[in-house]
Amino acid sequence: MTTSTTESPRETTGGSTPFPLVLGLDTFGDHEHDARDRPLSHAQTIRNVVEEGVLAEQVGVDFFGIGEHHTDDFPMPAADVVLAAIAARTQRIHIGSAVTVLSSDDPVRVFQRFSTLNAISSGRAEVILGRGSSIDSFPLFGYDLADYEDLFEEKVNLFAELRKGGPVTWQGNLRPSLNNQDVVPFTENGPFPAWIGVGGSPQSVVRAAHYGFSLMLAIIGGSPARFRPFSRLFLQALEKFGREPLPIGVHSPGHVADTDEKALEEFWPRWLNIITKMSKVRGFAIPTMESFRFEVGPQGALFIGSPETVAQKIATNLKTLGANRFDLKFGMPGLSPASVLKNIELYGTKVIPRVRELLAD
Amino acid sequence: MSGSAIPSSVQRIAVLGAGHVGPVIARIALDAGFEVAIAASGSPENLELITQVVMPGAEARWAADAVAAADLVVLAIPLHRFPALDPGLLAGKLVVDAMNYWAPADGVVPMFKGQEVSSSEIVQRQLSQSTVVKSLNQIAYQDLEDGRRPAGSPDRHAIGVAGNDAGAAKLVGEVIDRIGYDPILLPSLSAGRILQPGGPIFGAVLARSQFELAIRTTAVHA
Repeated sequence: MTTSTTESPRETTGGSTPFPLVLGLDTFGDHEHDARDRPLSHAQTIRNVVEEGVLAEQVGVDFFGIGEHHTDDFPMPAADVVLAAIAARTQRIHIGSAVTVLSSDDPVRVFQRFSTLNAISSGRAEVILGRGSSIDSFPLFGYDLADYEDLFEEKVNLFAELRKGGPVTWQGNLRPSLNNQDVVPFTENGPFPAWIGVGGSPQSVVRAAHYGFSLMLAIIGGSPARFRPFSRLFLQALEKFGREPLPIGVHSPGHVADTDEKALEEFWPRWLNIITKMSKVRGFAIPTMESFRFEVGPQGALFIGSPETVAQKIATNLKTLGANRFDLKFGMPGLSPASVLKNIELYGTKVIPRVRELLAD
Repeated sequence: MSGSAIPSSVQRIAVLGAGHVGPVIARIALDAGFEVAIAASGSPENLELITQVVMPGAEARWAADAVAAADLVVLAIPLHRFPALDPGLLAGKLVVDAMNYWAPADGVVPMFKGQEVSSSEIVQRQLSQSTVVKSLNQIAYQDLEDGRRPAGSPDRHAIGVAGNDAGAAKLVGEVIDRIGYDPILLPSLSAGRILQPGGPIFGAVLARSQFELAIRTTAVHA
């Protein structure tokens, strides 16, 4: 081979960003266990998520996102309902999906639910649309996985029309057409922020730019730096389509505790358990301690450790990727409410101020 | 079997598919000094910006043009699109099948459903005028770039290469080596089943010794 693979991620950055720094938290409604490791009910886990959202605001987190899932490990199919409960008890924090699996939902319904959330929260709602790397919703709602790409393409197209406001006229193949129809509630101050969650496909990056959605890079394995070309691709695609620059965010899993050791010790068994289950569904070999260590290290996608460790990694990757937003996906099925609340508290009171400091110069 | 001539060496690679996997394969092939063309289902115009930014040095082309000029074609399209691919497009070519079939995650594809053979054997059956080698399917696309190591590195990782045509497999093995992995040659497409989803190697980044151990262990239990 002619090129070194150890090229420093800092050699070139994704570019500076004109947008304010946003530091958020995401959850998938991870099924919590009590202090004696007994599973809580789904209902209790959901009530805890509401408390977690309220705490996030209190400790200074900018955004609280909930990702739609449909399993016992992640009993969170109606994220917008939970977000509405959080909206009613908060004043400042932005709230949104992370992600809404648009492929198996109806864009009109999604628009209605999030414009309703936007009304309840006085303009704090956001939506992150995804194809869903977690595919549980497909059999549940009778969709064929073979239509994965077509469903998303067509539904994103309709959602972009809906977001413009005003009567909608639209025609597609997978959903009845709309003819000059009002879709309520109207938003008060123009379209609410909408993002597309992108895993690793450059065509998805171009799609986001084409429709004028912001870009959320979902980095859940491997080196975050490999996404650097995607930031450039997004900005160049926006320019090609005659659009103004839009924000770029990063979503990655992690866990913050008082020390690196404690964070790793709490996270590893829960992560091993869930990834082992995923391995069976997706057909890949079970990961090892070695692969976990790699993901936790500077080249990997897990943000686990003390506030200082996690803050350094966030700051480095935001610079590398030219991104202005980072959302830490906190929790893991089996973690206790105490450890999850501690994570949120440390993220808000220690990690966020430290990242702001590191990126100030 | 195949009615195709195996090239004496590989210099020009065509990558079919510009989703998650194709661009990564294009990039590592470029790094290794190959000439690379990339094609998707539509016009190359749609791919130009992506190619420029994500795979600088590669050329976006129509699939037919990319294939015609290539010594080796990498198939990196979603497997459920494969049944609609015209076999004539790949006639006479050395084809690396980097696709995977795993119904629980990707849906049922009738052509591949319930078959006791490897997915690449079905690909070979369909592409009767091509020589199919199974490779580049087993390491996740997000690990493919960072997993590379120069030849002779003590921590070099391995990639399986399975083919019915030993000469073709050897040639693909040389490409894998140049890209930055130890090729592990398997004697047939059928033996390539071990590289598939549900097997002990799929999704793992393994050194040669671990890879060979996994093969031996599985053979014992099979």
